[in-house]
Amino acid sequence: MSHAIRLEQLKKTYANGTEALKGIDLQVEQGDFFALLGPNGAGKSTAIGILSSLVRKTSGRVEVFGHDLDREPQEVKRHIGLVPQDFNFNQWEPVEEIIINQAGYYGIPRRQAYGKTKRVLKELDLWGKRRAQARSLSGGMKRRLMIARALVHEPPLMILDEPTAGVDIEIRRSMWAFMEEINRAGTTIILTTHYLEEAENLCRSIAIIDDGRIVENSSMQALLHRLHRQAFLLTLRQPIQTLPGDAPVRLRIQDEYTLEAVLEQEQTLNSLFGWLNAQGMEVLSMRNKQNRLEQFFLDRVRKKKAEAA
Amino acid sequence: MSNWQRYRIAYFTIVIKEVLRFARIWVQTILPSAIMTSLYFLIFGALIGERIGEMDGYSYQSFIVPGLILMAVITNSYANTVSSFFQAKYQRHVEELIIAPVPNWIILGGYVTGGVARGLVVGAVVTGVTLYFANVGVKHPLLTILVVVLTSILFSLAGFINAVFAKSFDDISIIPTFVLTPLTYLGGVFYSISLLPAFWQKLSLANPVLYMINAFRYGILGVSDIRPETALLLIVGFILVLGSVALWLLHKGVGIKN
Ligand SMILES: Nc1ncnc2c1ncn2[C@@H]1O[C@H](COP(=O)(O)OP(=O)(O)OP(=O)(O)O)[C@@H](O)[C@H]1O
Ligand SMILES: [Mg+2]
Repeated sequence: MSHAIRLEQLKKTYANGTEALKGIDLQVEQGDFFALLGPNGAGKSTAIGILSSLVRKTSGRVEVFGHDLDREPQEVKRHIGLVPQDFNFNQWEPVEEIIINQAGYYGIPRRQAYGKTKRVLKELDLWGKRRAQARSLSGGMKRRLMIARALVHEPPLMILDEPTAGVDIEIRRSMWAFMEEINRAGTTIILTTHYLEEAENLCRSIAIIDDGRIVENSSMQALLHRLHRQAFLLTLRQPIQTLPGDAPVRLRIQDEYTLEAVLEQEQTLNSLFGWLNAQGMEVLSMRNKQNRLEQFFLDRVRKKKAEAA
Repeated sequence: MSNWQRYRIAYFTIVIKEVLRFARIWVQTILPSAIMTSLYFLIFGALIGERIGEMDGYSYQSFIVPGLILMAVITNSYANTVSSFFQAKYQRHVEELIIAPVPNWIILGGYVTGGVARGLVVGAVVTGVTLYFANVGVKHPLLTILVVVLTSILFSLAGFINAVFAKSFDDISIIPTFVLTPLTYLGGVFYSISLLPAFWQKLSLANPVLYMINAFRYGILGVSDIRPETALLLIVGFILVLGSVALWLLHKGVGIKN
């Protein structure tokens, strides 16, 4: 029972014939912080929809905390808190009532529900808005409302489908801190996002899904370690016009103060800096050209496109 | 905590939510029926009714009381579930219920109770209005209550099924306009079918609403065109059929699941 979820050969074909999932095998450990990534239309929301009973699977097996979705659907539901990709609350209802009702659906007695509602609304900084109609909230507040709603029954598994889409950086940071906190406290988290930096920083495991198939599934560390190429941008003290031809790594002048260096897996920064020293070139600062996971992601997608071509 | 306790809490949560919904928009949900009934009384009761004379031994004004009350109950029970559940689908907050461990019969029970609550509240308001115009006692109180509650359940179920199939706002007004209204108006709200020629009398008997209105009139006035037992059996039969259909639709996820 150490898995929060287990998917076996999960398939989904929509009524219009779209094969959204083509046989997915996936396991998420209890307590994990799991990134489910993939390009638009890959099938992430479909998989999440099946887990949360919103979408009917075509075939395959789903197990949540040891409970089979077909045999014990209510047990499965009890274990999951869902933050869906699209807003799905009653726009006319006051914030507080939305949360209290959701608590009621999970069988939490009303008096307790008030207390829990107060707690989650405070945690997500919405307490001041508790009497406001949901439609009057800003986009970021609506996202937080859905997080609060998903938390009210204290599920051991939180599934968040692009919770930070369209949220400003300050609130996004507070959401990250919040997710890390509940994860530390034992909640398993499955997160989808198109901000790969976010996934890289938060998640310990990762699956990439593309065109209805899992194309990558490993720990974040192992995956980043496998990156075969990294690009850096170096800021120079003195301008340069031309480069000597004997550099140990691939170099390109981006502008007269900026060098782009591309390191293959076996190449080191030491060799590059040794060479720069020898040339008398002073480096003021350095940064990754792309976030590392982004690099991996793009490489993966490019490779697939190249194979297809 | 046992499942039963959880389900009871979920059920009452839905009911409270439903009652708050129609109470909040009472100008749209409760007031129109009160105004319409007042107009009927003003026109049929005070102006035209005087000329009509007695019907089944009652003044015309008194005769139309049961029909007007039940008509309001039917319309409002139906309207409540059809609009509330369709909105839940349309705004997608029905998903809040689907992802939660709530069995379908609790969802259905909650929505139907909401419809009955509105039907009875409006029924009570309309009764209040009629008391102002006509002074009518209740001959068989128990039967009266039984008929009004069962009828309300039946039309709440019908509204729910309509909402399941509805894809647009047009779809939730088609049945009320083209089926429900004609059936109630031709169901003997304003007349006893003994006034009709034989053929139309027979045809009227095919209208289920006729049975409900007559049973209700029997409860209040003690007069009816049909036997109240037949009416009760018919209503219960319809409830069982529509209830099963609604549960089956929820089970299949028609209109709400991919
Ligand atoms: N209700 C539906 N009916 C038919 N096809 C659908 C439906 N929902 C999704 N699809 C299709 O299934 C595929 C997977 O969609 P899904 O929403 O799961 O992707 P996603 O990975 O969540 O994408 P995004 O990052 O854009 O949210 C897409 O081709 C989509 O068009
Ligand atoms: Mg999606």
